Parts: sequence; structure tokens; C-alpha cells
Amino acid sequence: MKFVVAVKQVPDTAEVRIDPERGTLIRDGVPSIMNPFDTYALEEAMKWRDELGGEVTVITMGPPQAESVLREAISMGADDAVLISDRAFAGADTWATSHTLAAAVTELGAVDAVFFGKQAIDGDTAQTGPSVAASLDWPQITFIGKVRELNEKSITAERYVETGTQVVQAELPVVLTILKDANIPRVPSLRGKMKSRKAQIPVWGLIDLGLTEYETGLNGSPTKVVATATPEARIGGQIHEGSTEELVAKLADLLLGEGSEG
Amino acid sequence: MDYMLNEDLLAIKEICIEIGEKHILPVRAELDEGNEFPREIMNVIAQSDLFTIYIPEEYGGTGMGSMALAVATEELSRYCGGIAVSYAANALGAMPILLMGSEEQKKKYLPKLASGEKLCAFALTESEAGSDAGGVKTRAIKDGDHYILNGTKQWITNGGEAQIYTVIALTDPDRGARGASAFIVEEGTPGFSYGKKEDKMGIRASATRELIFEDCRIPAENLISREGYGFMVAMKTLDNSRPGVAAQAVGIAQGALDEALKYAEQRKQFGVKINSFQGLQFMLADMGTQIEAARALTYAAAGLIDTGSKNIVKLSAMAKVFASDVAMKVTVDAVQILGGYGYMKEYPVEKMMRDAKITQIYEGTNQIQRSVIAKAMIKEAKRK
Repeated sequence: MKFVVAVKQVPDTAEVRIDPERGTLIRDGVPSIMNPFDTYALEEAMKWRDELGGEVTVITMGPPQAESVLREAISMGADDAVLISDRAFAGADTWATSHTLAAAVTELGAVDAVFFGKQAIDGDTAQTGPSVAASLDWPQITFIGKVRELNEKSITAERYVETGTQVVQAELPVVLTILKDANIPRVPSLRGKMKSRKAQIPVWGLIDLGLTEYETGLNGSPTKVVATATPEARIGGQIHEGSTEELVAKLADLLLGEGSEG
Repeated sequence: MDYMLNEDLLAIKEICIEIGEKHILPVRAELDEGNEFPREIMNVIAQSDLFTIYIPEEYGGTGMGSMALAVATEELSRYCGGIAVSYAANALGAMPILLMGSEEQKKKYLPKLASGEKLCAFALTESEAGSDAGGVKTRAIKDGDHYILNGTKQWITNGGEAQIYTVIALTDPDRGARGASAFIVEEGTPGFSYGKKEDKMGIRASATRELIFEDCRIPAENLISREGYGFMVAMKTLDNSRPGVAAQAVGIAQGALDEALKYAEQRKQFGVKINSFQGLQFMLADMGTQIEAARALTYAAAGLIDTGSKNIVKLSAMAKVFASDVAMKVTVDAVQILGGYGYMKEYPVEKMMRDAKITQIYEGTNQIQRSVIAKAMIKEAKRK
């Protein structure tokens, strides 16, 4: 089986602060990490590789330094990795990113499944996985809490959705997005870390993927960011104490607009 | 302080930190309370290749040696001394095979230990044979192509959890220590059973149990080295493993200092952080200095073993004595700094204090170690 896991390097949001005046993230000095949700996608792919045989290739689109998340993935047990990087890819929205990732999956050839985390903790869109499926014209199963069965031909998985659990079957090749309920990601191994240090990671750019500048990066992105703003902080509610009678009277006053305290 | 750890050692450290943060921290108090062996964590350790580091590459290991084992043991001990010893005791159990085993024995057992498929334990101590290992009573009588073992081993770390045991027994009782031999005994061998599981003060996540041999027949090829070499195998094993105990002690002490520093930064009394009081600063300074000295000595001893030196007895003992005494003092001080909170089980330092105590006792009490150090020094002085 040939599995691809798409990962993203993100700022560790636990460490990120927001510039209150400009409303933007202060990224200086913030460590970059593998998107935590992607670790579940990686583990799921490796789990099924370990059972069925085959290989797991990890891909990421990003600047040259994004290579470190690929090495991290190899240290956890991925077989190899490809960095998708080109100046022409900069400024991509989810559509352009998906279009580029889909071209990389096509270039890898004979892929059985592409695994994504459910979303990235920086953008929180949860669009890239589904959008890659659309670009490839493959079936997709999103928000997978449990993969019931995976074989040469098909997958049966449980989607954890607001209304309950949905069991979905799809034929391969397929795009999957994985929830953290699916597994417990393994820790890196010593041999994995040794391998990751030595691994040669190819870099694929615009030409390698047979793409043009018009369909990638900022040029290829229909999304235009007009402005960003921080929502105003919500004012806390009021807490009143007293007997039931007093509280009912107080509430009536407030609702009738008398004795309003703000 | 930066010890210029190479990339492999840093990788080991990172792996241990990840195991510690994700797998040990959430369960250590529960395992301690329940006297429960960390089976799942051993699986994680196996999967992360940490069992490979003391086993040569030709037998399925990564052959990184004593320094690597010390780094791993120290880092795991920072999170839990009991879980760390459950790991490190495998190296102790494998040591007789590594040091003196035949090619066949190495090929048969070491790959399974490297992968973590099987756990290992070393069995020397008996009720009447502690520091005086010559007092071993367990007998091994040759019977054709078998040996028949009879006797009881006591306080065996990983007892009941390991599948492979290296056991010291007498083949010739008339010759005392020179009549001892070392054997490999596998779990499930008829006549081999487990006795009482101990309820300990500390390192409670580790299993400490009796091994009972009643007419236990093992193949003669399970003899390690030659008849009469058992005591030498045992002593060599312990000389090689003592920096591991030292590393465990350094790790426990570091864990306690980390907690003390964290608490002293948060806790306010008289309107200020308690780490602004000089009395407490001096305690912290001494704790940090002593740990750094213990770590330097431990790495020196482990590094010396990795050079292949035969002259490791003194430095191994020094590292063990010094680091374990530091661990005891630092953990007591950490409890003191946390005050009433430190005495409560809700905070981890009382456990660290209980865990530290054993490092002054096992693998040779610190009193015996001091005798060993003095004898070695006196012998060296005579040679000059």
C-alpha cells in the first residue's frame, strides 16, 4: 500500500501572542511545530502500513525550514518525505494549496490514500483535505474517529459528527481527515531519529509539479484578505446572589430596564 | 551545564522527555499508589528503541553503550525512579550475557531483549546473601546435560515481569564464592515460580519479587561462561551497572530540584516569592551544585566504561555513592522547600524522596561501596 500523509508546520499556538493594535500574530520567537492534528493522521497511516505492508510518504508545502517537520515525521516512522517548496507557492490560500498538494500526490503516483489531520491549528479551516479530494476527484471521508477496516480496495470508517457516528465506506484511492480519537501517536524512535538525520528529502517546485504561476501561490488564490480584526472582548455577565424571591425581583427589574447595572 | 552530548545522546534525551511528558507524568502517581508495573510504558520504551542502546548492533541493538544508558536512565528517572529502574534493570539482567555469554547465548537472547519482546532481570540477592554475595545458598547440580536448580532469590527487580533471568547459583558449595556459577533461566521452565511480591517504600512502580527454584531443570548450555565464574560474572555485572544507579539518582534529584524551583517561584509568603529569601536560595544553590557534580562523576564513570577500560571499579562505585547520597539530600530538601505541600501525596516530591532512598541501598550499599573505593585506592597507592 502507498500512503501519503500531508502535514503542516505551524506556530505553536500555545506560545503565540496577539499584537493587540494590529490584530496579527506575533510570530517572533515562537517555536514551529508539526500541526498536532497531523500527528494522528501520521500514526493512522503508519498503523495501517505496519499491518498491510507498504510505505508512508510525508509531504508538506512550505518554506525550506518546513523540512524539519518532515524529519520529525521520519523519526516517528515515516518511510520518506517530499518538501513542496517554491517562491511561486507563497501566499497560497486553501484552494491554491490544495491544487498544489494534489499535483504532488499525482506526481507520487499509485497512491492508495492521503491522510490529513482534521484541521491546522493556525488557520483552523479544515478545508485543505476535502479540497485536495476535490482536486484529485477522489472520494473523501472527513472527521474520522475510527478506521474500521482498510484493505487493497476499500476503507470503512466512522465519522464522528455532531449528530452522532456515521459509518462510511469508500473505494480507494481516497482522501481521509483524521481526528485525535483515532489513535495515540507513537513517540519517535532512536533508529527513526538516526534515519531522519541522514534522510535525503527532495524538494519539488513549480516545474517539478508541472504547474504554472497562475494557479499557485497568491496568484492562484481566489481568497482576498481585505482586513483582519480582533473581535471585541466580551463583557462578563452579572452574578447576583440572594434568596429566590430577591433574585426573581432583581431579574424582573433588569428585564424591565430598571435598576440596570450596565 | 552543557556536556557536549553528541546527536545520538541528544536524540535519546529527546525521546525520554517525550515519553516522560506524554506517558509517565499522567500515570506515575497512580502506579506508585497501586504498586503497579508500567507494562504499557515498557512497550512504548521498546517501540522507541531504548532497549537497543546497550546491545551491540550485531545482536539487534544500536550499541551505544554505558553513557547512552546513563543518559536514558537519568532522563526517565527525572519523571519516575520506579519506571526508570524497570527499564534499567533490563540492562543489568542482560549484562552477564553481554559480558561473558557465549556467541550462541548472545544470538539467542540479545535480539529479543533489544526489541523489548522480552524483559530481563538479574538474580543474585538472597535472604542471607546481600552485601556478602558469597553467602548465596541456591544450588545448581549438574545432571547429565542439565543443571538442577534449588533455592530462593529475593528482592529481584523485574521479578515476575521479565521472561529471561540471569541467576547466580552454587555449583560447588565447598569453594564458597569460587563455587558460584551464572545461568540463564527462562520463564515457564518447570520448577521455576514466583514468590512474594514486595510492598516497598519507594520505586513502587517497579516489580520486586522472589524467584523460587524447586528441582528446576535447565539445559547445561544455559551456563554463562564456566562453572566457578559466577561470582566474577556478578561482580563485573555490578561494576558495569553502577553508573546506571548513579544516573537514576541524578535524575530523581534533578526532578526534585525542578519541582522545588517551580514551587519557590510561585509560592508567596510575607508578600514576596519565597525564592527571594536567602535561606532558601542557599538551599537551591547547594542542590543544583551537588546535582551537577553528581552528574559529572556519573558521566565520567559511564564514559570510562565506554573506553573499554578494565579499571572501572573505583569510579563506578564513587559515582554510585556520591550520586545516591546527593539524591537523598536533594529530595529531602525539596520536600522541605515545598513545606506542608511537599509532605502531601498530591505533590510529587515526597515520592521522589521515597524513591531516592533505594539508590543508597541497592546494587551494593553505600557502606560496601566505600569499602570498595578505599580498597581500590589503597591498592593503587601501593603500586605507585
